[in-house]
Amino acid sequence: MKDPVDVLIIGAGASGAAVAWSLAETKMHILCLEQGGWMNPAEYPSTGRDWEAKFYGEWSSSPNVRGRPEDYPINDDNSPIKVVNYNAVGGSTVMYTAHWPRLHPSDFKVRTLDGVADDWPIDYDALTPFFEENDRMMGTSGLSGDPLSPLTHPPMPQQPMGLSGAIIGKAMNKLGWHWWPSDTTVATMDYEGRARCINLGHCTPACAQGAKSSTDITYWPHAIRAGVELRTHCRVREITTDENGMASGVVYYDKDGIEQFQRAHVVIIACNGVGTPRLLLNSASGRFPNGLANSSGLVGKNLMFHPYAQIYGYVKEPTDSNRAPPTCLWSKQWYDTDLSRGFVRGYGVQFVRGAGPVFEAVVSEQKGILPWGEDHHRVFRKLNGHRLGFSAICEDLPEEHNRVTLDPVLKDSHGIPAPKVDYTISENSRKMMEHALARGREFLETAGASDICVNSPIPWGGWHLLGTARMGTDPERSVVNEWGRSHDVKNLFIVDGSIFVTSGGVNPTSTIQALALYIADQMKQRLANLFD
Amino acid sequence: MSADNQLTRRQRDDLRAIAAMIIPASDEYKVPGADDPAIQADMLATLGRDTKLVAAALDHLARLAGAPLAELDAARRDAVAQEFRKSGVAAATLVRVVLQCYYRDDRVLGSLGIEVRAPFPKGHVLADGDWSLLDPVKRRGGSLRRAP
Repeated sequence: MKDPVDVLIIGAGASGAAVAWSLAETKMHILCLEQGGWMNPAEYPSTGRDWEAKFYGEWSSSPNVRGRPEDYPINDDNSPIKVVNYNAVGGSTVMYTAHWPRLHPSDFKVRTLDGVADDWPIDYDALTPFFEENDRMMGTSGLSGDPLSPLTHPPMPQQPMGLSGAIIGKAMNKLGWHWWPSDTTVATMDYEGRARCINLGHCTPACAQGAKSSTDITYWPHAIRAGVELRTHCRVREITTDENGMASGVVYYDKDGIEQFQRAHVVIIACNGVGTPRLLLNSASGRFPNGLANSSGLVGKNLMFHPYAQIYGYVKEPTDSNRAPPTCLWSKQWYDTDLSRGFVRGYGVQFVRGAGPVFEAVVSEQKGILPWGEDHHRVFRKLNGHRLGFSAICEDLPEEHNRVTLDPVLKDSHGIPAPKVDYTISENSRKMMEHALARGREFLETAGASDICVNSPIPWGGWHLLGTARMGTDPERSVVNEWGRSHDVKNLFIVDGSIFVTSGGVNPTSTIQALALYIADQMKQRLANLFD
Repeated sequence: MSADNQLTRRQRDDLRAIAAMIIPASDEYKVPGADDPAIQADMLATLGRDTKLVAAALDHLARLAGAPLAELDAARRDAVAQEFRKSGVAAATLVRVVLQCYYRDDRVLGSLGIEVRAPFPKGHVLADGDWSLLDPVKRRGGSLRRAP
C-alpha cells in the first residue's frame, strides 16, 4: 500500500491535465494515473514517407483498430457511430483536429428555450473566465468578432485562408450564408515554447511540429513543474470506498502489470464519456451494487456522440489537399432552433480543405467514383487535390437508451471488463442530418463541385463522448452536482465530457476543459468544507 | 518468417495480377502499374497487420477464379474482379494495400506533381488569402441567440 495522496486524478487527457494544473497551486499532493505513456513527436506519422498508411494501422483513430497496449477495446457493434479516442499523456488532444468552438450560451438552456432535454445547472457566464484562461493555456488562433459565435479573444491570428478557404468563402458569400475563420488550437505564431504551424497537413493524428496544442505540451509541463506527480502506464481497475461510503483510493495495474493500491483523500475522474462510466460501473461493490455514484441509475446513460453529416465534392480549381490543417473555417448559419426546418436545435459546420493522395484513392475507390483499369489515372488526377468538404456537427439530444454498459465477455489486456456501446441516431438528428446534407449540396454546387459523395453519419466519427455522468442539482436525475461532485460519494469528482447535460452542435474540447477549470476553482473555494 | 514468405507464391502471383487490374501502367501519364516490381516489393514488405486479411482476400479471389488470375482470359478476369470487389472487408483491405503502396511510389508522386518527401520538417506554404471576402459576413452581422 502506498502513502495516501491528497488528490488522485485518473486520466491525463484534456480535462485531467487542466484540473491538475489548476489544483497545483494549492500545494496539495496531487497524483495523476494515466494508462498511456508520454508521446514522442519524432515518431509521429508526418515524419515518414508512409504517413498516410499509418492512419490505417497503429495511428488509426479507432482504439479497436490501433490496438496499442495502452488502448482498451470497445464493443461498439451496436452503434452506427464508432468510438474514436487516444490513450496517452495528452489523451485525445494528441489526436484531434484542433477545431476550437465553444458551446453557445443558449446551449445551456435548451429546456427553457426549446422544451427539450434539460437545462444545465450552470450557465455560459459561469464558464467565461475559464474559457479565457483555457484559451491562453492551450494557445488558440482565430479572428475575434464572429457575429454568430460567443466572443473570444484568441492570442494568435487565424490560420491562412489558403486555396480551399477562398473557394469556400466565395461560395458561401454567393449563398448569403455565414462563415468565419475557425478558432483553433493550431499555433499560427511561436507561442509559449511551441513552434508555429508549418502546414504538415494532417492535424488529427498528432503534430510533429508541436504547433497543435495537446495537453502533453501545454498543461502538463506547467503542472509537473508545480509539483503534480504523473505516473504513466498505470491503468485503474476500480475506485474503492470505505465504511462511510467515501472514496478511499484506487486499485490499478502499474507499468509492469503489478496490481497496486493507491489511497487518496479525493478522487477525480477524467476518463471521457466512455472510460468514466466504464470505471464507475467496474467499481461496483456491496454498498454500491449498481456501480459507484450510480444511485440515479444514470451512469452510462444519455450517451451523446454528435452525428456528423458529411458531404464533399471536387472542384476544378486546386484545393489545399494535405498541404494545410484540415479545418480552417466554420459556419453557424444553422446553429439555432428554427422549427420550420422540421427539427429542434441545430448544427455547426466545419469545412474541410482536402485530403492526401492515399486517402483520396482509398475512399474514392470505395465510393465507386475511382475506377479500376485504364481510366484510373485520368479520374484520379481529376479528384486528387480538388476535394472540398462540408461537415455538419449535429446536436445529439440525450436519450437514456443510448448508453455505455460493461461487456459481459470483452476484456482489456489486464482482464478488466470493456465498455459496450448501444446507440441509435434519433429521428430529430436524422432530420437535422438531411437538412445539413441538402445545404451542403447547395454549397458544393455553388462552388462548382461534381462527383458529390456523402458520409452520413461518418461511421468512424465518435470523437465526442458526452453525457454519461451528467451534472445537475437533482440527485435522482444526475450523477454529479453543479460543481462536478458526485451526489453519492462526496470526495469523488468528474471533470470530463461525461458531465455534459446536452451536447451543443460544436466540438466539445474547449468546453470540457473550461468545465474542468471551473470545477477545480469550485474545489479550491471550498477546500475547508469540500465534503459537506 | 520473412515478409515475402507471409504470402504463398500463388497468392503473390494473384496479388500482382489483381494489382495490375486495379492500376495498369500508363504511357500517357508515364507511370508504372501497381504490378511494378518495386511497388509489389513494398506491398510485401509492409503488409504487417494486414497480412491475414490480404491472404484471406487472395484465397477468396483464387476460389472465384478457379485458376491463377493471370491465366484467365480478359473477359473472365474482369468478371472475377467484379465479383471480388463486392466481397467485403478483406477485399477492401487488399485494395487499400495496393493503393497505399502505389500512391507513395516516387515515380507516381512525381507524376502527380507531389514532392517526394515526408511532410515534416519542411511543411508546406499556405497563402494567407484575401480576407476582404469576409466583408459581406461582417456587414450582415447577426446576433447570438439569447439565453435567459
